[in-house]
Amino acid sequence: MSQNKTCVVIGASHGGVNFAFALRKEGWKGAIVLIDKDQTTPYHRPPLSKKYLELEDSIQNNLLKPLESYEKDNITLSLGKEVAKIDKENKTISLSDGTSQKYDVLVLATGARAFVPPISGINKAKNVFTLRNAKDVEGIRTAFHNSKQKNIVVIGGGYIGLETAASLKKLGANVTVLEREERILARVTTPYLSEFFANLHKANGVHIDVDKSVTEIQSDGNKNTVVCADGTTYPSDLVVVGVGIRVNQELASDIGLEINNGIVVNTATQTSEKDIYAIGDCTFHYNKIYDVHVRLESVQNAVDQAKVAAANICGKATVYDALPWFWSDQYDVKLQIVGLSQNFDSYVVRNEGAMKFSIWYFKNDRLLAVDAINNAKSYVMGTKFIKTEAKIDKEKLADAAVNIKDVLIN
Amino acid sequence: MAKITFITKDGEKVTVEGDSGNVMQLAVNNGVEGIDGDCGGVCSCATCHVFVAENDMDKVGEAGEIEADMLELEDNVSDFSRLCCQIEVSEAIDGIELTVAKED
Ligand SMILES: Cc1cc2nc3c(=O)[nH]c(=O)nc-3n(C[C@H](O)[C@H](O)[C@H](O)COP(=O)(O)OP(=O)(O)OC[C@H]3O[C@@H](n4cnc5c(N)ncnc54)[C@H](O)[C@@H]3O)c2cc1C
Ligand code: FES
Repeated sequence: MSQNKTCVVIGASHGGVNFAFALRKEGWKGAIVLIDKDQTTPYHRPPLSKKYLELEDSIQNNLLKPLESYEKDNITLSLGKEVAKIDKENKTISLSDGTSQKYDVLVLATGARAFVPPISGINKAKNVFTLRNAKDVEGIRTAFHNSKQKNIVVIGGGYIGLETAASLKKLGANVTVLEREERILARVTTPYLSEFFANLHKANGVHIDVDKSVTEIQSDGNKNTVVCADGTTYPSDLVVVGVGIRVNQELASDIGLEINNGIVVNTATQTSEKDIYAIGDCTFHYNKIYDVHVRLESVQNAVDQAKVAAANICGKATVYDALPWFWSDQYDVKLQIVGLSQNFDSYVVRNEGAMKFSIWYFKNDRLLAVDAINNAKSYVMGTKFIKTEAKIDKEKLADAAVNIKDVLIN
Repeated sequence: MAKITFITKDGEKVTVEGDSGNVMQLAVNNGVEGIDGDCGGVCSCATCHVFVAENDMDKVGEAGEIEADMLELEDNVSDFSRLCCQIEVSEAIDGIELTVAKED
């Protein structure tokens, strides 16, 4: 059936690569063409700000799949090629090198790019980097090794900024994190967890300044001075900008696909155009468990949507209904998150030690999400409780002396 | 150098060799079916679940605390379960046999 058909995938990262292999596994007999403008064999992104940076690891040790696997599954990997345009009437994409490629089914796995805020001087200054791909890390490494003072300013106290700060600190840098909000991680977690991470960084010698809106980067050769709205200045050899992302949705919006905080897809990961699917960071999708539309930036979402898209394209009607999960590693601390805590109305902290605790988020007594610090047991039990919609006795939950398996109301 | 044998879902035996890194990486790099390694080997995803052959348990050792907790996400966890990203490849594990736990 799919014998003479071609499935083209734009974006060869967590979403696109997992999709291509899943499609073959689901029985797609036709061609699979996987295109990415990145030159590097597709790799894991999360380590870029963590172990990969800290241990100066090689990308070869972080590949999503070895090259032979693409050959074995007859997946054409086309790297270093940027897709410029989609022609949905003729079912053809054109590449920036002037060539074109026909498709029967098209999958957008274009993800997101780092956002570069409109800070005066940011485009002129040397040694200013975002952190989204392997090339960014190469730039950071080179600048780091070339700098004598190793004064680094990280703009943005989100997960990527904080992980980068931790990794560079371990490499011996003097690191300052500048956060615009009144606390780090303000958009993604509670003040409780923000404070924990602020203290963790402080204990490890990373300086965090909040309420700092960066307005300018002045540069003098290789030296930069980061200037804030309140007049404070920070000398730096190297600036890492981690202030969020922008969705790569232009290919989709140009042809009139429905856009709303990302490329809108249905529960089968199909866009508003029948033969075009979208997966991963670029999608705005419905989450069944929470009855909300969301755009997620996580490996889990990219991989799970990839599998759903593959099944649907091969005629196996499948609905995306995954429970979201996420992790972040900083120093020796492992944060694991399950669920979506947005709209919580209360939370319970379960303290099992200074460096081992969990935060449980509820709405109307329904468990929404768990943030677990060095506490995989809470993460796992939280996952099970959310899936089974278990009723939880909050008093017992808050009491670390009560076994986590005994906190249910039955 | 260590030789490691994986037994996949359809009973196929694949023997691979490695001298560094972890067992999940070795499996992925050799295209062993059923070992996904979605989190890249940091004990966060439980997609690298294997059963260690009973006789090899001494060589491989038991799961650490976080790993053992993560294994509880799996319905088919047993006393021989490990997340193989947490097993270092070295001479010490030469000759072991691992059965891929993933069912679908
Ligand atoms: C530093 C860092 C740390 C992270 N840490 C974690 C973590 O700990 N846990 C977690 O769950 N998630 C983490 N994430 C998020 C995770 O990496 C993303 O959610 C995941 O990569 C999304 O995959 P994707 O395939 O949807 O998109 P992306 O990974 O963004 O890939 C999109 C690909 O499409 C390509 N592309 C886009 N447009 C075009 C075009 N026109 N032509 C050709 N190619 C194109 C891009 O080059 C890119 O390779 C992290 C991300 C970063 C950057
Ligand atoms: S690879 Fe994720 S837990 Fe082993």
